Order: sequence, then structure tokens, then C-alpha cells
Amino acid sequence: MIRFENISKIYNSHSVALKDVTFEVNPHEFVSLVGRSGAGKSTLLKLLIAEEKPTSGKIFFNRQNVLKMPNRELPFLRRQIGAVFQDFKLLPNKTAYENVAFAMEVAGKSEREIKNDVSRVLDLVGLKDKMNNFPRELSGGEKQRVAIARAMVHRPSVIVADEPTGNLDPINTWDIIRLLLKINELGTTVILATHDKEIINALERRVVSLENGTVARDENPGRYILS
Amino acid sequence: MFITLNRITKSGFINFWRNGWLSTATVLIMTITLAAWTSIFLLNVVLTSVLDMLAEKVDVSVYFNLDTKESNILSLKSKLEGLNEVASVEYVSAEQALEIFKKSHAGDEVLIKSVQELTDNPLEASLNILAKDSSNYGVIADFIDQSAEKNTISKINYTENKVVIDRLNNIIRILRQSGAVAGLALAFIAFLVAFNTVRLAIYSSREEITVMKLVGASNWFVRGPFIVEGILHGLIGALFSLAIVVSIVAFLGPKLLNFLPEINMVNYIGDNFWFLLLFQALGGIILGVFSSWVAVRKYLNV
Repeated sequence: MIRFENISKIYNSHSVALKDVTFEVNPHEFVSLVGRSGAGKSTLLKLLIAEEKPTSGKIFFNRQNVLKMPNRELPFLRRQIGAVFQDFKLLPNKTAYENVAFAMEVAGKSEREIKNDVSRVLDLVGLKDKMNNFPRELSGGEKQRVAIARAMVHRPSVIVADEPTGNLDPINTWDIIRLLLKINELGTTVILATHDKEIINALERRVVSLENGTVARDENPGRYILS
Repeated sequence: MFITLNRITKSGFINFWRNGWLSTATVLIMTITLAAWTSIFLLNVVLTSVLDMLAEKVDVSVYFNLDTKESNILSLKSKLEGLNEVASVEYVSAEQALEIFKKSHAGDEVLIKSVQELTDNPLEASLNILAKDSSNYGVIADFIDQSAEKNTISKINYTENKVVIDRLNNIIRILRQSGAVAGLALAFIAFLVAFNTVRLAIYSSREEITVMKLVGASNWFVRGPFIVEGILHGLIGALFSLAIVVSIVAFLGPKLLNFLPEINMVNYIGDNFWFLLLFQALGGIILGVFSSWVAVRKYLNV
């Protein structure tokens, strides 16, 4: 479904983010990308949603080479991938409802569809009573749940989550992880980048470990082991 | 297509409203810019009318010897009227000249009496020539000098006033040019202020633009609401600016009328109200849309 093939990302001779990374993610998998800060986890996810371009290599999404896509086709790629970020990246001038609805509006969905799905998804993440609040009126955990709702509302085939619990306390952290597991059970592929050892060891799913920009281990089920 | 347009418009209006202070500040700057543009335009209208008035005050009179036949004068008149440079030629006969003289000295009894005692009319018939452009008087004077009627002419006052006319022409030319240059410079400065205000406003939204793109919005879906906001800034700014300009003219217009009776700004605004409204509204919309377009473009490359 997703294939990274000999991916390298070199910013300059002192800063090599990824070196010859190759691995594949299959449909319905829950894959954790682990590694220290700067190991290249975020870079890899940014490459998948074409936020950045690799120096060399190929990235396939549903057999389509992402790097060969013209700019005007990128929105269509991104609508098939739900992205969740450490800093939430909500639109500050839109309410929780509008933030989630935005992901469906860009795809030209009808108002009725949007109304149904957004309410349902906000209910699923437990924020139905806060749907008219602006991000500044929500806690960190609530913001991240809105972000997850936005990432899943248009039923993407993949959700990529880049350190989604990095800014959260332990209770909120587990709420978010449970949500991601539930989404995965419903059939969506999840790629989770994190450096939280406890989460990885508790998940007992596939783990791809990155060290200095290369794949050090790829085990299923895997544990958090860094040399 | 329609649903997207509808969403973009709605989003633009909502952003305009929710960005309260930023929108107010941008509208204020737009108002000032448009008011400056309109003032420059109106001042140019006043300057042009004043200079035209000055130019019209300059004319050239050709005086004929007392014994010249009227037919000769009229023949020169029709020749002059055939010239491209000439706007109008007015014939003042000796009798008319006397009437004018009497009228303008009506209070001076000694002068009137002495005129009455004369048996012959001492005043000469004349042609008053108005050129299309005051710099053309030299050409016209040369033409008269070479005409068949040259011998019947007693004097041409151009030759006497040449230095003054030339100097006035220079002043008018310099004023027109510097007025245009200063106007353009001021208009450009005002444009830069408005443009940069919009750029700063959109700079504060640069992260939102990135997020929208990452969620799968097309360039148009991101750009659209900013363009709608730009239109709103421009339109509202135009209405405020028109209100300000109209109030200032209503206040200053009558005062201007006291020393420049030919320039009635209040009437000018009244006659050109719709033009001014259109000028400002279009100016505002173009300014708002252009600034938003350029400012957003920079952040769309995600």
C-alpha cells in the first residue's frame, strides 16, 4: 500500500535526515516509527504527504509514485491520508466543528453529508458538547482529539500521526492511543511516529526503528530498543 | 463548483468578521489610501482648472489702423480661424471698443466728457485671438506678421507681452508636470502602505495556509476566502473614503468658491458622484484583491 524505496533526504553535508530507507506498509497495519529526536521519523511522514521532497528514492502510495505527482494533484493525495501532528495544527479561527468539516469541504462533500459525518466523528472522539468551541477554548488533549476527528472524518485509507501525544499528559496520551487503535480496528492503516517507550511496548504491534536516518530494526510485533 | 464558490464566499465573510481588529485596521488603511487617491485626483482637477483659467486669461489682440476697412479685418479673422492653433477669434469694432471704454470708465466724468467732445472715434478696431494652447501665440503672431493685411495693423500686443506670456507658459508647464509627478508619487506611496498592510495581515495566517494545504485544500480553496476578504476591505474602505471626501468637499468647497468662483467643487462632486463611487470601489477592490493574491501566493507552495 505504501512503499518507501531507497529514500534519502540530505539537507546539507552536516545534516542527513534519511539514508537509503526502504520499507513497506500493508493495508490495515498499525506501524510505529520509533527513534530519538532527529532520527528522521517526522521527515519520513512529511515526505509521504509531500510536504517535503526527498533527495533521492521513490515513494509509492497505492502504486502511484508520489514524487511524480504534479502539484495540482497533491490535494487528492492528501485527502486519502489523514495527518495528525504534535502541535495539532488546528485552524485557530474555526470552531471544532468547522475544523473537522473543513477536511470534507475541501473535497466538495455535500452539506448534509458533512453535518452527519462531523457530528458522528466528534461524538466518537467524545467532543460533541464542545463542537462550537474554538481551539483556544480547548485543552491540549481535546485539541488533539479534534485533530484526529479531522484526520479520520473523510475516511482516509491511512492516518499518519507524528508524535501526537508529545504535548499531552499520560491520561490524554492513552486516550489518543486508544482512539488510534479503534480507528485501526475499523480498517484504517495507522502509522504512528513516537519516542514514547511505554506506548510502543504496550502496543505489541509492528515497530520500525530509525537510527541516524537508517532503518535499524523492523519487527512485528516489536519493542522499543535503541542502541 | 457552485458549492465550492459558496463555501469560499461564506468563509471569506466569516474570517472577515472573526478577524475583527485585523479587519478594522486593514479597512482603515484602505480608507486612508483611497481617500488619498481621491484627494490627489480632485486636487489635480482643481489644479487643471486653475491652470486652464490662467491660460485663458492670456490672449493676443491685433489692433488695426483707424482707416482700415472692416472687410480687411474680417478677411484676416477668417484666415486666423482656419489655423489649427487658434481656438477662437473675436472681432471688436471701433464702435464696440468705444462702448466698452465708456462702460469701464462710467464713474470717471472727466474722461467721459472728454471722449464726448471728440468728433472722431480715437479707438482702433481689434481682433482678440485665443489660442488652443498658450504656447502657440508665437506661431500665430508670426502668421499675422506675414499676412497680406500686415500693413493695416497698428500693433500686436503679443510682441509687448511676449516675456510675460512665455514666463506664464513656463510656470503652467512646470506646475502641470510637477503636479502629475507628485500625484503619482503620493498615489504609489499610498498603494505601498495598503499593500504591505494586507501582506502583514496574511503573514499572520501563513501557518493556517500550510495547514489548509496539508489537509487537502486546493490552491483556490485556500486563496478564495482571502480574495473575498480583500474585496470586503476594498469595498468598505471605498464607502468610508467617499464619506470622508464628500464631507471635506462640503466643508471646503464653498470656501474655495470665494476666491476661485470658477471652480465649484460641490457641483463637481454632485455631477460626478457615481463616477467617484465607481472609481473608489473599483480602486478598493483591485487593491484588495491584488494585495491578497500576491501575499497568499508566497505561502501556497506546500
